[in-house]
Amino acid sequence: MSLLRLQNVEKYYGSRSSLTKAVDDISFNVEKGEFTAIMGASGSGKTTLLNCISTIDRVTAGHIMLEDTDITKLKGKELNKFRRDKLGFIFQDFNLMDTLTAYENIALALSIQKRPAKEIDKAVKTVAEQLGITEVLNKYPYEMSGGQKQRVASARAIVTSPKLVLADEPTGALDSKSSKMLLERFNYLNHECGATIIMVTHDSFTASYASRVLFIKDGKVFNEINRGGDSRKQFFDKIINVVTLLGGDVSDAL
Amino acid sequence: MLFKISLSNIRKSLKDYAIYFFTLVLGVAVFYVFNAIETQTSFLKVNEDQREMIKVLTTSISAVSVFIAVVLGLLIVYASRFLMKRRNKEFALYMMLGMSKWRISALLLCETVIIGIGSLFVGLLIGVGLSQVMSAVVANLFEADMNAYKFTVSGSAITKTIIYFGIMYAVVMLRSGFVISKCRLITLMNSGRRSEKITMKNLWVCVIVFLISAAALGWAYYSVGWNAEHLSLRKFGLAIIVGCVATFFIFWSVAGMLLRVMMSAKGIYHHGLNSFTFRQLSSKVNTTVASMTVICLMLFVTICTLSTAFTIRNSMNQGVEENYPVDFYVQFAESADDPEKPWLYKGGNIDDVYAQQNESIYDEFSEYLHFHDYIDDDFTFYDFMGDKRDEFLENNNEIYSRFNFTETIIKLSDYNALMKLYGREQIELADDEYAVCANALGFTDIYTEFLKDKPEAVIYGKSLKPKFTKCIETSIYPGMQANNAGVFIVPDNAVSENGQCFDNFVGNYNATDKKGVEEAEKTARAKWENAAHWYMSDAKGGTNYIMSTRIETVNSAIGIGAIVTFLGLYIGFIFLVSCGAILALKELSESADSLPRYTMLRKLGVDEKDISKSIFRQSGIFFLLPLLLACLHAYVGMRFGKFGLELLITGDYIKPVLFTAALVVLIYGGYFLLTFLGSKAVTREQK
Repeated sequence: MSLLRLQNVEKYYGSRSSLTKAVDDISFNVEKGEFTAIMGASGSGKTTLLNCISTIDRVTAGHIMLEDTDITKLKGKELNKFRRDKLGFIFQDFNLMDTLTAYENIALALSIQKRPAKEIDKAVKTVAEQLGITEVLNKYPYEMSGGQKQRVASARAIVTSPKLVLADEPTGALDSKSSKMLLERFNYLNHECGATIIMVTHDSFTASYASRVLFIKDGKVFNEINRGGDSRKQFFDKIINVVTLLGGDVSDAL
Repeated sequence: MLFKISLSNIRKSLKDYAIYFFTLVLGVAVFYVFNAIETQTSFLKVNEDQREMIKVLTTSISAVSVFIAVVLGLLIVYASRFLMKRRNKEFALYMMLGMSKWRISALLLCETVIIGIGSLFVGLLIGVGLSQVMSAVVANLFEADMNAYKFTVSGSAITKTIIYFGIMYAVVMLRSGFVISKCRLITLMNSGRRSEKITMKNLWVCVIVFLISAAALGWAYYSVGWNAEHLSLRKFGLAIIVGCVATFFIFWSVAGMLLRVMMSAKGIYHHGLNSFTFRQLSSKVNTTVASMTVICLMLFVTICTLSTAFTIRNSMNQGVEENYPVDFYVQFAESADDPEKPWLYKGGNIDDVYAQQNESIYDEFSEYLHFHDYIDDDFTFYDFMGDKRDEFLENNNEIYSRFNFTETIIKLSDYNALMKLYGREQIELADDEYAVCANALGFTDIYTEFLKDKPEAVIYGKSLKPKFTKCIETSIYPGMQANNAGVFIVPDNAVSENGQCFDNFVGNYNATDKKGVEEAEKTARAKWENAAHWYMSDAKGGTNYIMSTRIETVNSAIGIGAIVTFLGLYIGFIFLVSCGAILALKELSESADSLPRYTMLRKLGVDEKDISKSIFRQSGIFFLLPLLLACLHAYVGMRFGKFGLELLITGDYIKPVLFTAALVVLIYGGYFLLTFLGSKAVTREQK
């Protein structure tokens, strides 16, 4: 059985007179250990979709199943528990606590699960090593570069060993070098640690690190390609082809 | 147009303004209520003494109002400055859109006027309502009759409130206009992008500063609270300054240490939201050290003022009942004409005073006692102590122990008659025995201490033994307070008539109903005043006399109690409101600024319960810190107050302190609650 199953998910905004279908009948599955990228132009509904998966937003219709749980049915406390135990988040603007050090930011994810302090220390140090941020652990966000911040945010997302890591434009605010470094870390997490990652992006280069890319246009799945045995470069060219196919709509986002 | 923008601005930032507006309304209402007391009480049927007391009350309230206005003015300036800072971005937008600084100033002016008029209107409305309650309170205090009551609105108080607050608002307007005219677009634009620089103070510097300030505070505490006898005015001033400065540095260092200490306890720090909570808290405390100091000192003044006021009031009311057991009292003596001791009065008879006008003092009284007290120049306080004097002086530094006064002596028969009149226990003495009575604070203990050793007393050359090993606790001369600083009771034949000092008369009117008593009082007073007047003008040397009545004493006791209570409440209320408002404003705006952090926490899946707990702790500790130190200050302050007001205050401290605590909890706690709920609402905005 797939780890994540989306069944006819719909999300409408607005009133009866002016209805916007941000997500219009989307269904797909994500297997355990998969690294999925969701691509689309701005306004295509990709972030809304991610928000629905992450339970930050509620779906209008349809079901989202993570393992055996229908997360669209969760409420209040269950929702919070689900979010902190099963999910890891990475945001475009990092969303780190500016009052906390890197260490404390990562530890926060564990401490809100009420884990014992000893365990927290060990887990934070391990994940910091995996992401290469050991030397910035005692720094505050304002003392770090964008790439470091995003890696700290990633560390916070995976330190709890979530079932699913959700990344919303993680490279959006990074320069190309930092982006590359971050994405390589994602690959490492995906391959070595077995993390299941769903990443929303409008950047083909970023998407080429994934093992599978879903294209979304006007709230619907437009296309889907798998990397298979391709090298990253070949996969990148394939993505570019689809993007071209998508037409002028998306070219401005490239 | 301007008006429209202002109005929508206010509506938009209602959350920020709500607590400010609330505080203004409270300030206006309280200001009105206290200043309207004069008008509110004018209908009350009270006697002349009481009317006089009410006049003193209103005059002192007027005087204190100026001070209150200054405090409120500072609060309003602080609050408006604070609210303006939060709107820098908005001003930057106006300026970028091409609005001139004049227009922006005019906009602010408009807003201030709207808020000012609004708060004055609502405040006065509430004030007028509350002042009706105040009438009842005053009437109750003076036991006056409320029949003539009618709904009153004090025009003068309204005018005064409007003028005072008008001036405050005008200052605010001028200030904000000035600030706007000075500011530059670039600084305004960048102000929102405040760099969240976390300044971690050096732990050791903090510890050292803390230890030094704690030691300094300890010294100040000791010299004021425990060593007050040796306190000179200069040292007192120094102690106050040291106390204030130490308070500041204690907050400064605690802000630095608090986090470090918490961080070192990893198990606690990395539990739930603790790390987040303490970080938030420490950054808050770090940026508010100065305001915290001011708040702490204001709370300190409030607690001291309130509890002292309540204590004085209580002891006033209790004192009269116990210490004025008769209706009428006259004490009279003529000058001893001793060039060496010009203060000494000796001898004389009240009957002579009345006789000159062919009057008699006895007519109005059903029961009375006319008696002399005596002194023996060779029997003084120190004589009584004998060889224990040095030891006593070493252990007792109270002011009164420094005076070697001649002891007062009365005859046993007079004492027993007096006790019969007072309804108290009589005593028996053998021919060679004496007893001591006292009730002024401290004196009972002192005499009891000496009597334990059964010292002989040589009075008029005759040696007497003590009958009891304890000092009898009773008053002799009627007064408002316990004022008996020691009277020796000796057998009738042990006194020498040459030693006659004061002639005393105490008595109860021969009337049973209230009206009769009032009538008798009027006659007795008039008679005495008439007789004394003629006698004094004829007397060759000086004379000394005291005339008092129970009614008059009760009234002045109530009056003094009421004045002190009202002033205490007035100052205390305004101070508490100011403290609460400053903290609330600060905390609420911090919470608004922290909105993204809370949104983040929610995204991470933190339960609402935990977030609410974190906010509760943040605002709780924020409010509690200055209060804790203030309580410590106040404890020492009251120790000092107890020393300074020793002769004025009797009775226990517990009730007044509880009452004060209740008031603090009500107002300060109320602000805390508002802040907590407000913060929760602010951080919940936007889903």
